[in-house]
Amino acid sequence: MAPAARPGWPPEPLHLLLYGSGMARFIFSRLAIGLVTLFVVSALFYLGTEMLPGDVATAILGQSATPANVAKLRLSLGLDQPSWLRFVNWLWGCLHGDLGKSLASGRPIATLLLPRLGNTLFLAACAALIAVPLALTLGILSALHEGKATDRASSALSLGIISMPEFLVGYGLIIVLSVHLGWLPSLGTVFPGMALGLRLKAMALPILTLTLVVLAHMLRMTRATILAEMAAPYVEMARLKGLDRRRIILAHILPNASGPIIAVVLLNLAYMVAGAVVVETVFVYPGIGQLLVDAVTKRDLPTVQACGLVFAIVYVGLNTGADVLALVFNPRLRHRR
Amino acid sequence: MKLFGSRLSTPALIGIALLVAIVGAGLLAPWIAPYGETDLVGDVWAPPSLAFPLGTDNLGRDMLSRLLFATRTTLTVVILSTIVAFALGVAIGFLSALIGGLIDQLISALVNVIMAVPVLIVALMVLAVLGTSVPVLILTMGILEATRVYRLARAVANGLIVQEFVRIAALRGEGWRWIVWREILPNAVPALVAEFGLRFCFIFLFVASLSFLGLGVQPPFADWGAMVHDNTAAINLGGLAPFYPAAAIAVTTIAVNLIVDWLLSVHARPAGIKE
Amino acid sequence: MHDHPLLDIENLVVTATSGTRLVDSVSLKLERGSVLGLIGESGAGKSTIALAALAYSRPGCHITGGTIRHGGVDLMELDEDARRAYRGARIAYVAQSAAAAFNPALTLMDQICEGPVRHGLASRKDAEAHAVELFTALDLPDPARFGRRYPHQVSGGQLQRAMVAMAMSCRPDILVLDEPTTALDVTTQIEVLVLLRRLIRDQQVAALYVTHDLAVVAQIADRIMVLRHGKLVEEGATADVLLRPTTDYARALVAERTAARSAAFEVEDKRPETVLVLDHVDVSYGPKKAVSGVSFSLSRGETVAVIGESGSGKSTIAYSIAGLVSASGGEIQFDGGDLPPGHRERDRDTLRRIQLVYQLPDVALNPRQSIGEIIGRPLTFYFGLRGEARSARVGELLSLVGLPVEFAQRLPGQLSGGQKQRVCIARALAAEPDVVICDEVTSALDPLVAEEILKLLHRLQAELGLAYLFITHDLGIVRRIGHRVVVLANGKMVADGTTAEIFAQTDHPYIGKLIASVPELDTGWLDRHLQERTAS
Repeated sequence: MAPAARPGWPPEPLHLLLYGSGMARFIFSRLAIGLVTLFVVSALFYLGTEMLPGDVATAILGQSATPANVAKLRLSLGLDQPSWLRFVNWLWGCLHGDLGKSLASGRPIATLLLPRLGNTLFLAACAALIAVPLALTLGILSALHEGKATDRASSALSLGIISMPEFLVGYGLIIVLSVHLGWLPSLGTVFPGMALGLRLKAMALPILTLTLVVLAHMLRMTRATILAEMAAPYVEMARLKGLDRRRIILAHILPNASGPIIAVVLLNLAYMVAGAVVVETVFVYPGIGQLLVDAVTKRDLPTVQACGLVFAIVYVGLNTGADVLALVFNPRLRHRR
Repeated sequence: MKLFGSRLSTPALIGIALLVAIVGAGLLAPWIAPYGETDLVGDVWAPPSLAFPLGTDNLGRDMLSRLLFATRTTLTVVILSTIVAFALGVAIGFLSALIGGLIDQLISALVNVIMAVPVLIVALMVLAVLGTSVPVLILTMGILEATRVYRLARAVANGLIVQEFVRIAALRGEGWRWIVWREILPNAVPALVAEFGLRFCFIFLFVASLSFLGLGVQPPFADWGAMVHDNTAAINLGGLAPFYPAAAIAVTTIAVNLIVDWLLSVHARPAGIKE
Repeated sequence: MHDHPLLDIENLVVTATSGTRLVDSVSLKLERGSVLGLIGESGAGKSTIALAALAYSRPGCHITGGTIRHGGVDLMELDEDARRAYRGARIAYVAQSAAAAFNPALTLMDQICEGPVRHGLASRKDAEAHAVELFTALDLPDPARFGRRYPHQVSGGQLQRAMVAMAMSCRPDILVLDEPTTALDVTTQIEVLVLLRRLIRDQQVAALYVTHDLAVVAQIADRIMVLRHGKLVEEGATADVLLRPTTDYARALVAERTAARSAAFEVEDKRPETVLVLDHVDVSYGPKKAVSGVSFSLSRGETVAVIGESGSGKSTIAYSIAGLVSASGGEIQFDGGDLPPGHRERDRDTLRRIQLVYQLPDVALNPRQSIGEIIGRPLTFYFGLRGEARSARVGELLSLVGLPVEFAQRLPGQLSGGQKQRVCIARALAAEPDVVICDEVTSALDPLVAEEILKLLHRLQAELGLAYLFITHDLGIVRRIGHRVVVLANGKMVADGTTAEIFAQTDHPYIGKLIASVPELDTGWLDRHLQERTAS
């Protein structure tokens, strides 16, 4: 006899609310949670950076911070208003494309940020285009040949890569491909109006670095997901039906593992966006990560806030997508009783 | 050799040997380093020679000596951050699981919000506001990584709370102290130890990244990440100066990863079963 | 081909990676149309032999010796690809848990047709047609469309039958059935058993039937092999083994099943002092009522058995008395006073006087505490015993439950299942309780071990005057230990009375079916059961 159903201990009303009735409801609630998370994150970012010690006006004026000057600047920046009101105004502005003005250059942040966001997304997209299919193929192959020389080699290599900081991978590639072989430029200098071929050549090393880093993570997680599924009783049944390993992995395991694997892919894409900060710095690639690092160094808070918001949107979006897709691909939920 | 009642695998032994060597090098730095940490002893970026086994850095200091002394800064910052992350994460995670209900859900929601943004980005924002100093760095990394520890600790505790031996203790009328210290914690140790290693690696790489971005440990102190940052220009001259500290980072993370892999494989086995 | 038996296993040896022999020199032969029952307790190696018949061993085990011949061909001499051609096609496997063995992501039809199509035995269209025939033969609802469903969309009994259809899809010569009815409720078990027997006879396949239940194998097997610790103990025609067992072990197994059929002791009808009264108790999980309107009472020195199938709410009753779940309606009275619903609201002495023993001793003991600490803690907690006095009492309790005193130093991982359950009982006794709630305490144990535990509980009751509330699904246990019986179905009380009264109600629609569904240790029982069913 199966053990009797356990009483709900601890009670999880949230669980019931989320999984209670149907997939549409779950997806809807997951999207709602994503939006709420985004709102709370932006509030924390904004209010956190505003309320912590240090006054923006004093920071801007630096040496010339006489009390009169500070008071004047505070008024012009709207710093006399309560912080929640300034947050609402800021968020309202952001929603209309007005991200405020940079303290460092005085230019509107939107004009600084948007081209760079485009550069970063282009870099990430190129890396993803190579890394995702390659990682899935290699991950599946690695699982197919578990324990054999090829699998061991790919495991050792990928462990090595994920143990390295991104900048080591980047500099390694520069030394070999740029300094010694002279095949590719070591700087990822791109500018508006650049021809696509030249642009791609300049971006080759950053793309390659990002690809390698994400590839290693994705490959390992794909392999682990498939192998974890290998222990399921239905796999033993499939073997007892006389099926071979290839058929078992492709026809039996993949339909079950597709949800988790898609989640793995999206989580790694999200990771890639953060990893881009370091890679952009290594190659002096004009992306949003480099903008953020510059702004932090110069303590240009409005720019930092705007960059943080953009990263949060990308990250929360991909995470929400991962949750929703993992669910959509769950066979038990897709075909309800 | 045995640890936690299980035989060490060869990779784990290699990992432990590497880790012992690294920690030993850091501890013995003043005695084994050929030169002082800040002594200008040669040309800028001198190539490796008998006098300077790894060459010199961007100011003409001995690379090897710098590397040995930086081990101390690096490990201190990372270990302290990991301890902060663990103390906070485990305490709040267990508490959350034990209390349950609304408080648990509120804390979990807050943690989810913090985790909704990459650690590196949040860390950059905090450093933008508070400026860069070692205590700020340790606390920031510790608190941010505590969210990850919290998730694991809470999940482990929730898994154990529904175990029947814990219910038996609750039915006996035991207070929360007994339940946490005697019933839950001893069974959570293997998972937490593995997590400690994993967190160590993450924090290690993040601190290195921050220092590399020029936002971590500030001069005159240096950790390995900062040493990479200082020496990046050597790359285009064909020099290997930034590679030594970067390689030190990689070797340390690989060593810890090897041990963690072994811990996780041991932990997968049911507790109390002897080979 | 006629010279060879269908399956001929000789001197099979299966070894674990650690070096332990799981199967030690076992030989068996299987002729067309015959059914061989493999019987034994857990760890007897019967499933390992069943899998070895397909030249398959689980991870961590290896077939290290012997021959496995199919129609004269030794599978051990073939390479893996050649062996795969036999698996599923010539010899097919039916697993214990269909819910786990079916792939949740594929439709039943996809999985059933996969074998014949991949082995190149039939086109998809022919395979589907054959599957529908099998669905019909197995009494599955709406056979033409049944295969379009996913595994989680059909009931447990239907899924088990679908698995039989999957095994038959390649028209194999041999079926290997590994505890195919164990995971099912008694009434469902009978349905599947009847269909299996009919299918085996109609299709003229040979079968290897693995089970721990002598009464089940009696209904279906021509011959029986009794296994213990990986070795053959006794082999013979079914009736011979059941009626005239020649070895001590087989005799003990048969005796245990016979005991289950007859009450072991007289039932006292005097009910001295009532300790526990349930008065119209309701328990809900969220909006769903798990149990409603349950009333019965328990006296000192008495055993009340609460019986029902899975989902009947019998464990919920146990948890509500223990205070793990709060009753939402009605009253529970303990020793004359009201019992607060949740355990947090009860005082220490009340908690002490009601003790709970769980079904699975493996998870009921903290793996990181020694047996001495586990039994000693209630002594310190309730009575303030420490040091010498505590270890002396721990020793007494260990002796009381029939364990050596040295066990105090051991960890739970070093004990067997039966020993662990004794420790759980000793821990409950350490609190010197009035009422002990036993939640399926024997169902995870092998029959002979379970019998010892029942005897122990019976002895302790006589010595200490304990009142037991016995939660079980096993009528045999009720007969042996229950003074009174409460029958539950779907969260409602169906009947309440002395054991003799309840077992006399064979014409009651639910109780009668429950009693009639328990297989008897008699080769003709299933036929009689079917005749009675068609007659009524």
